[in-house]
Amino acid sequence: MSTIPATDIPEQRARHDARHDRLFAGLLKACALIVLAALLGAAFATLWGGREAFGTFGWHFLVSSAWDPSSQEYGALVPVYGTLATSFIALLIAVPVSFGIALYLSEVAPRWLRTPVASAIELLAGIPSIIYGMWGLFVFAPFFAEHIKPWLTNYLGNNPDDGTPSWVATHVPFVGKLFASDYPFGASILTAGIVLAIMIIPFISSVMREVFQTVPTRLKESAYALGSSTWEVSWDIVLPYTRSAVIGGIFLGLGRALGETMAVTFVLGNAMDLSASLLDPGSSIASTIANQFSEAVGLQKSALMALAFLLFVVTFIVLLIARLMLRRLASREGR
Amino acid sequence: MDLLYFRRRLTNALALVLSTLATLVGLAFLAWILWETLRQGLAALDLKLFTKITAYGDQGGLANAMVGSLIINFVGIAIATPIGVLAGTWLAEYANRTRLGETIRFLNDILLSAPSIVMGLFVYTIIVLPSTALTHGNTTFSGFAGGVALALIALPVIVRTTDEMLRLVPPTLREAALSLGVPQWKLTSQILLRAARSGIVTGVLLALARISGETAPLLFTAFGNNFMTFNPLDKMSSLPQVIYQYANDPGETMHALAWAGAFVVTLFVLLLSLASRLLFARKVSHD
Repeated sequence: MSTIPATDIPEQRARHDARHDRLFAGLLKACALIVLAALLGAAFATLWGGREAFGTFGWHFLVSSAWDPSSQEYGALVPVYGTLATSFIALLIAVPVSFGIALYLSEVAPRWLRTPVASAIELLAGIPSIIYGMWGLFVFAPFFAEHIKPWLTNYLGNNPDDGTPSWVATHVPFVGKLFASDYPFGASILTAGIVLAIMIIPFISSVMREVFQTVPTRLKESAYALGSSTWEVSWDIVLPYTRSAVIGGIFLGLGRALGETMAVTFVLGNAMDLSASLLDPGSSIASTIANQFSEAVGLQKSALMALAFLLFVVTFIVLLIARLMLRRLASREGR
Repeated sequence: MDLLYFRRRLTNALALVLSTLATLVGLAFLAWILWETLRQGLAALDLKLFTKITAYGDQGGLANAMVGSLIINFVGIAIATPIGVLAGTWLAEYANRTRLGETIRFLNDILLSAPSIVMGLFVYTIIVLPSTALTHGNTTFSGFAGGVALALIALPVIVRTTDEMLRLVPPTLREAALSLGVPQWKLTSQILLRAARSGIVTGVLLALARISGETAPLLFTAFGNNFMTFNPLDKMSSLPQVIYQYANDPGETMHALAWAGAFVVTLFVLLLSLASRLLFARKVSHD
């Protein structure tokens, strides 16, 4: 016979269990809140680090193209322009190519080929960005300078040798300026845009392929039964049905492109001058930070932190839109 | 009518050809990048890569960078795995469909593609600067800080896979355990996490693959060190950081070393993603 009344044991155990449950739930919740803390912390840390630059230059920081450590003048325009221009070029190339890949993998390719090709494209997403950067620097940029750039400047900009404008440059506004360059190397905003495009193609195409597969078969088959071609089904049925998620996938790629550091730093040329030409070197927010932060002091360091804050806010907004768009399709499916 | 029919067929044929072409372009770039890494990397592969340190410059190897990478990655995964698994468990088991849970799940997805260089600056602010101030400059940049930066990048990957894998566990398992009077913490830690184990391991491997190639967050946290060090409180070099440094060097021999490093990193990352894929495939076939 035990000294403790038998009725107390289950009660005691229930109390223990309840306490452990509370502790366990609290521990789990604390860990989940770390995710929240990481995002808020990154925003506040960069804002705090950039307070001196924001305080010194105010709104002028956003529109000034100056970046001069000797006179302590800093403005965000050149890196912001570089970030936006490279990302925009990347989207311009990556969106149609990704759509083509997703279309091929969901409608065109023979069934046995789909999985291996899809895994191969996804392999591209797994390659570290520094490898893209090295490949861009040592392989693609020289190739670009030798084969693509002369053609572009010759037919769309100015002749690189005597500076005479091409037919396109004299007849179409703006284009001549975009492709004029007397700088002989491969590193440029356009090169960086192309390397970024290759990087984000697997992200966008895998989202597109996934959402294309969510289209109900009866919708597609009804269209086929009415005599539609594969292209008409894709363009008029599949794409409208998945529109919001497709836009979400594109924004996801844009978020990646905006924040990418290594792939861009190698092939952008890192010039802090504003140039209208896409074939001239430039710099992006991430490449400026990567190049200058370790040697920067005082106001320059603060200006770089301020740039990081701008980058963080812009990518946060882009990714927020991306996730909201992606969720719209999911919620329609009742997931 | 015939003309319309012909035009529709032409559009269709053109679209299908273009989509095939797009896929070929994607595959061609993949092959081009992998081929160059393989060719230039194998050409520069040498035993001294693994035995000599970077202090010898073009006569040296990458031994200290490899050790540094291993230590920093280990610290990153060791921090991110427990936090990520517990946070993912909370999302799946405790906060599924609550407002805070949905918000954190949503923000976790954003953290997943947040710019890694900003994470580096964040860790610089919260660890490098305070440790410099507290130790009067004796400890500034450190392998530990690099590990924390990588942990922030690995965390959302682990949270997401844990969350998804736990939600795949059939609810009957939970009901069966609860009906036997098993308390929830025991149910979660000893039944559900065990059932989802291989999926969670996949997530950890994916996170390791993701952080192994990260360079940007290490530049201002682990910084780099030309000498061999095993002390996580010391400045520490890593393979990606040495690749970045050597690729920007004007010397041809340095470029060869950078390619060798790139080859090692790529091989490691691709093997990891292959392993995680195999592991996950095995799980699916068993269920």
